[in-house]
Amino acid sequence: MVPILELKNLSVEFPTRHGTLKALDHVSFSIAQGEVVGVVGESGAGKSLTGAAIIGLLEPPGRVSGGQILLAGRRIDQLNDDQMRLIRGREIGAVFQDPLTSLNPLYTVGQQITETILAHLPLTPKQALSRAIELLESTGIPAARERIDHYPHQFSGGMRQRVVIALALAAEPKLIVADEPTTALDVSIQAQIIELLKRLCREQGTAVMLITHDMGVIAETADRVVVMYAGRVIEVGAVKDVIHKPQHPYTIGLMGSIPSMSAHQTRLMQIDGSMPRLNAIPDGCAFNPRCERVMPICRTDRPELMVAGASQAACWLHRESKEGQP
Amino acid sequence: MFAFIVRRLIQAVVVMLVVAMIAFYLFQFVGDPVSIMLGQDATDADRIRLTAELGLDKPVVLQFYQFILNAVQGDFGISLRQGQNVSTLLLERMPATFELSIAAAVIALVVGLPLGVYTALRRNGSMANAILAFSLLGVSLPTFLIGILLILVFSVQLGWLPSYGRGDVIKIGWWSTGLLTVDGWKHLILPAITLSLFQLTLVLRLVRSEMLEVLRADYIKFARARGLTNRAIHFGHALKNTLVPVITITGLQLGGIIAFAIVTETVFQWPGMGLLFIQAVQFVDIPVMAAYLCFIALIFVVINLIVDLLYFAVDPRLRSSVGRGGH
Amino acid sequence: MGDAFKRLWQSDLAWSWRHSYIAILSTVIFVMMMVASFGAPLIAPHNPFDLATLNLLDALKPPAWNVDGQALYPLGTDSQGRDLLSAMMYGMRVSLLIGIASVALSMLVGVVLGLLAGYAGGRTDAFIMRVADVQLSFPAILIALLIDGVARAVVPREMHELIAIPVLIGAIALAGWPQYARTVRGSTMVEKNREYVQAARVIGISSPVIMFRHVLPNVMGPVLVLATVHLATAIITEATLSFLGVGVPPTEPSLGTLIRIGNDFLFSGEWWITIFPGLALVLLVLSVNLLGDWLRDALNPRLS
Repeated sequence: MVPILELKNLSVEFPTRHGTLKALDHVSFSIAQGEVVGVVGESGAGKSLTGAAIIGLLEPPGRVSGGQILLAGRRIDQLNDDQMRLIRGREIGAVFQDPLTSLNPLYTVGQQITETILAHLPLTPKQALSRAIELLESTGIPAARERIDHYPHQFSGGMRQRVVIALALAAEPKLIVADEPTTALDVSIQAQIIELLKRLCREQGTAVMLITHDMGVIAETADRVVVMYAGRVIEVGAVKDVIHKPQHPYTIGLMGSIPSMSAHQTRLMQIDGSMPRLNAIPDGCAFNPRCERVMPICRTDRPELMVAGASQAACWLHRESKEGQP
Repeated sequence: MFAFIVRRLIQAVVVMLVVAMIAFYLFQFVGDPVSIMLGQDATDADRIRLTAELGLDKPVVLQFYQFILNAVQGDFGISLRQGQNVSTLLLERMPATFELSIAAAVIALVVGLPLGVYTALRRNGSMANAILAFSLLGVSLPTFLIGILLILVFSVQLGWLPSYGRGDVIKIGWWSTGLLTVDGWKHLILPAITLSLFQLTLVLRLVRSEMLEVLRADYIKFARARGLTNRAIHFGHALKNTLVPVITITGLQLGGIIAFAIVTETVFQWPGMGLLFIQAVQFVDIPVMAAYLCFIALIFVVINLIVDLLYFAVDPRLRSSVGRGGH
Repeated sequence: MGDAFKRLWQSDLAWSWRHSYIAILSTVIFVMMMVASFGAPLIAPHNPFDLATLNLLDALKPPAWNVDGQALYPLGTDSQGRDLLSAMMYGMRVSLLIGIASVALSMLVGVVLGLLAGYAGGRTDAFIMRVADVQLSFPAILIALLIDGVARAVVPREMHELIAIPVLIGAIALAGWPQYARTVRGSTMVEKNREYVQAARVIGISSPVIMFRHVLPNVMGPVLVLATVHLATAIITEATLSFLGVGVPPTEPSLGTLIRIGNDFLFSGEWWITIFPGLALVLLVLSVNLLGDWLRDALNPRLS
């Protein structure tokens, strides 16, 4: 089956007065229909940018400088704004981090949902309204019929994010890009929202690109995970593989730094140094200055994704295995 | 909400009292009214009698109270310059200032608002930049200079429009209007444009900056991500959110118009309250100054109250007393 | 010293200035006008206040490029035979002096009150802000007029000329302080909760020292932008008041006064007496406004 989303060597640049910054450098991965793929990495690794590039909402002066974005086999990176508009909402939905600022405070929740429905589906306003109420109900908001006329500030944080999810799913898209959907919420609510997202997407067969820095959320929710570092993909694989058998030294460090209640630990693992800034990315492998197992080739040649155990990793340590396609 | 209104009303009353105190204080410097009224040759007995009659021997607080009573009834005494009743003078000139201010306000809003929206939406267009450059010029030109330039071009050089006075006015009851005669309109054009220009550029720049700010907001980004049309986003969402702060500030601008009317009336010799006030300041005609101050303060306080109420009507966040839902 | 200058030259702000035609142009114009006005006693072609040098026969001469004009009076003369160019230079000096002085005073009062309100909080804050809010609901020019008018009423007529300029400065300054106070208060409240302030308190540094030595430098950015805008407004306000006849006394005319005097001659054809001072005023204010706009954009972190 054709993957619902495929990124092939996507590159994004930011021209600044200090020179051009490469914010995304040959990013490649794919998402199958109905699959939940987590995109994980530190702040600044490029996860949100990838999401923004996919829905065509890169903030200028950022722009796609190379590669392809394919939606169900169709190229969408070259489309103009009008054409992208037809895709946004209808084929790709989005959920952003802060539910309070994602909703227009001057319009009721109902007005915003029906507006979205009417923009994409051939329904009458009455039909749109009843569908909006259904959507609210399905996201677990009680007394949906009354609350449809409430304003965003009249909902609590968790409820608001449910409204946002309802809005994202309103036009029945095939893919949702969720950028840190639970980061702004109380920890006690996070699990509920994640559960909701999972359930709804499973019911409708919607794929999810779940962008987060929280490995715990990924472990709960995703089928596969993509690890990003300094604008590059450095590991891709099934969730249980990447978590239990990480292949890239960075991922190893990442997993080792998560405290666990079961394992006996004397110290949390720590990776020395920090992720390089975009204008100071080292030659070769971007992680080489911090890597414990660095080799001479790491400093000069940039590794592509290669087969590494059950996953793929961009690391010369796995050079011995046959170089497979990402 | 009720509490809010009460609080604002109390604040309004306090402001009026402070203004009244300043006005009352001014009257202390008019000089000795007894001597003025009786002349040099009055006997002591006459002085004492008149002083008692005028209530000038009572404590200051009581005098202030009397002053307020008079003021509320519109009695501010006699103009030192013109010898007429001050409130009569003011009421005579009010229609002129009123018509001029409303005309200027309408021009400022009708032209400024759309231009502000346009320059925000077409951010880097050459037309938008030209308008912006023009608006910068507008902010740098003092109102009186605009008036003089307009007079120079349209009155002196071209002779198309008159440069002073109101022209033919028609009295309807106590109100005199220049809006019912062609001559009246001709006289209104240049002063109205002059008065409106400064406010127009302010409105334009304000709307533009507010709209640009709103267009950067998350909910606009989310609206885009939902595939809404540009029209829906710009005019449905962004515009409404822009107008909320703009309404309040524009309401306050109306105050600016009334203030700058003083300048415009001076340049065009427009027989309004502003011209009266300036002449009073030059002449140190205190009763007129005091009356104008109180009157203007009243207008401002009322405008501010109305604007506050408008804010309530437009922004649902301020209205809500409905409880919040659960998780 | 040279080192500090080099750092300034290489800073973001200076880079932004160097790459903006408008910023450079307006700075040049502004500096030229400052030099022309403050150097007027030295470089003006004539002294318009020296009655001995005035020649009534030279009155109402048009600008030099006009048929009836003379090179001696490049921009013409007024009804008393005063050279317009020189009068304008001296006039600009008065306008700039009053403008700069009132902005400085306003900034002083506003920043101090804003720091106080933001740092002390509680009732001090509520009171100061309440006064500021109420004053802000009245247009600044009205407040300036009010103060000016009250001063005239209170002070005996003979003293009017003497106190006119200080009163004017005070009036414009007092009309402008709330904006500074508001801005500084907001920034102060943000900075107050930062760690460096809390650290300073723990060490035992006194509040005034914290306010002025530590918090103040961090809130100055928006204040500077405000100050440039305010300078433009102050110059216009002074010109307006002088035009209305309640500003500077006619013995020390500012650009506004010159425009008023010239206004009487508009209809008889001697347009230059009012237009040239007018142009100078516009140019001055425009250059200040342009600088203010550039400064605001340059200091705005989001646009870089």
